Amino acid sequence: MATKATLQRESLVPFIQILGPDGMANPNDVVELGLKPHDFKALYRWMVLARTFDERALALQRQGRLGTYAPLLGQEAAQVGSAYALKPEDWVFPSYREHVVLAMRGQSWVQLLTYWGGNEEGNRIPEGIRNFMISVPIATQILHATGAAWAAKLKGEKSCAIVYFGDGATSEGDFHEGLNFAGVFKVPVVFFCQNNQYAISVPRTRQTASETIAQKALAYGFEGVQVDGNDVFAVYKVTKDALEKAREGGGPTLIEAVTYRLTHHTTADDWTRYRPAEEVEMWKQKDPIKRLRLYLEKQGLWSEQDEAKLVEEAKAEIAQAVAQYEALPKRDIEDIFQYMYAEMPWNLKEQLQELKEYLAEHGGDLPKE
Amino acid sequence: MPQMTLIQAINDALKTEMRRDPTVIVMGEDVGVNGGVFRATEGLYQEFGPDRAIDTPLAESGIVGTAIGMALNGLKPVAEIQFDGFLPPAFDQIVSHAARIRWRSRGRYHVPIVIRVPYGGGIRALEHHSEAPEAYYVHTPGLKVVIPSNPYDAKGLLIAAIRDPDPVIFFEPKRLYRAFRQEVPEGDYIVPIGKASVVREGTDVTVISWGAMVRICLQAIEQLEGVSVELIDLRTLAPLDIETILSSVAKTGRAVIVQEAPRTCSLASELTALITERLLLQLQAPVVRVTGYDTHIPYLTMEQYYLPDAGRVRKGIEKVLSF
Repeated sequence: MATKATLQRESLVPFIQILGPDGMANPNDVVELGLKPHDFKALYRWMVLARTFDERALALQRQGRLGTYAPLLGQEAAQVGSAYALKPEDWVFPSYREHVVLAMRGQSWVQLLTYWGGNEEGNRIPEGIRNFMISVPIATQILHATGAAWAAKLKGEKSCAIVYFGDGATSEGDFHEGLNFAGVFKVPVVFFCQNNQYAISVPRTRQTASETIAQKALAYGFEGVQVDGNDVFAVYKVTKDALEKAREGGGPTLIEAVTYRLTHHTTADDWTRYRPAEEVEMWKQKDPIKRLRLYLEKQGLWSEQDEAKLVEEAKAEIAQAVAQYEALPKRDIEDIFQYMYAEMPWNLKEQLQELKEYLAEHGGDLPKE
Repeated sequence: MPQMTLIQAINDALKTEMRRDPTVIVMGEDVGVNGGVFRATEGLYQEFGPDRAIDTPLAESGIVGTAIGMALNGLKPVAEIQFDGFLPPAFDQIVSHAARIRWRSRGRYHVPIVIRVPYGGGIRALEHHSEAPEAYYVHTPGLKVVIPSNPYDAKGLLIAAIRDPDPVIFFEPKRLYRAFRQEVPEGDYIVPIGKASVVREGTDVTVISWGAMVRICLQAIEQLEGVSVELIDLRTLAPLDIETILSSVAKTGRAVIVQEAPRTCSLASELTALITERLLLQLQAPVVRVTGYDTHIPYLTMEQYYLPDAGRVRKGIEKVLSF
């Protein structure tokens, strides 16, 4: 396993980095990834798309064209690197910031905008895609991933589950219970913590007195690993290894991807209230996209023209998604009452009728007051 | 036909469904090797093995949360929460997820889980072992809530709950677990969810109850002379069988609701509202509620003062008749 930079102090868990902020990597470590130049370019393309989507979504929210939105700026490598290691039969349990993970798994940008635009249709995962819906209550999805992976094991299937959560989630009881169950039953699940250093305003040091989050795995009886979350190669490698181990019956792994949220928690937040600009600037120097571009350029795999072309394509792809999102048809109020149960009970039928009558009294919509 | 207690009927329902459907599993604290602290899962570990009668770590949110994940991936978990008083740690998973997943996913996912919970007072138990929390779950959209009052219904309702495509909270009145036996058919039958039962027909007053209180009501009715009481056992608390309730109260013009839960914002409150909203002009008297008090259920030395007994039910019936 590659360990270009290990922590200065003695650590209970390994820290993995392959691609440094300067775009330099040990060639042997890169060979070990088993990736080809077209994979490098695909990783880069997804990261650029993620950032393009993120910038556009933020702008739409500021213009009142999207609801509250949780940006991923700075966390592109953690998300793209981990999702690139997944197989279609694996299950993904996201929190609310993993936009590009969902897209890489086959959900459309339009669907993501639909969700953040306040339309439940954004949660209708297309048939055949084993993504679960965005989970807003912190850490609760960790148990679902453990359960889904457990079911796969009981059914004798070779699929795994991966669950995404943040550093704040590790303080919740469901984090403990999810890891504990997974350890006891040795289920094929990967716990992927994006430690972006803040839970809204509260720093990582206020979540735990542990040196690392990864070492918490040791208490549950399985392996924990810390990875440079801004290094897409290292993230891919540790996730792939964890998934392979899970598939072979080796049980769960906790991955702590050390990264940084370069912007607000959501559009309703203001990061300047709780952290110095110098800290944010320092992390910008470790930008995950820049370092992969440097690597590609050094390898002669990327040119100015390639960059310009990709930026144009990404902008066009997202612009098309925005156009489709904004052209979505007006919804039927029955959507509020549908899908509560397999069959609609009498009280919902009655309440739906009540709402329909009220709207009919005002020409089919709410009264204008 | 075999005579069974309510707990034996529960056990028989689990065995029947586990034999019929290999995706059904039971999970919870002490449900495997030990067969459950009330013996509801007796023999399942021996017959179906540790992968289908699963002893879990002691963590209620973990039990329900992982059951949800299992259900998403094709299993039908029947999760046991050992006592009513230990259901609160699972509240978040039930309310924020189990109840919402069909709706949030627009039908892509649903959660066919059953959460079995020994329920209610009257067994001289420790504190946190005698709660009646149905109102929280009846109030929560997306759940079904079921509570049997006898062995026959217990088996048929539990089989129906396991086959139901939506999450079901299945309360079991522990006071009735071994209180009496009843003929229970072998093999496979269901009692449909959403259907109340008219335990006794009458014309003067309707008594509406569920769980262990149904027996208390019967006792009270048998003690009353010259009054024709119709007794309804709701059996399913969500969704309510509104037709059975309203047609009875429309006939009698009087309603008494008997529950062991605290009164304020309870199911009795909702039933009172439904009856008065729809039948005000047919009512001969205000609806009467006979309930637990708005305190915590006392420990074993005083719980009998809290739980409605036949005398309080008689008094409620007399009150609604004498208005």
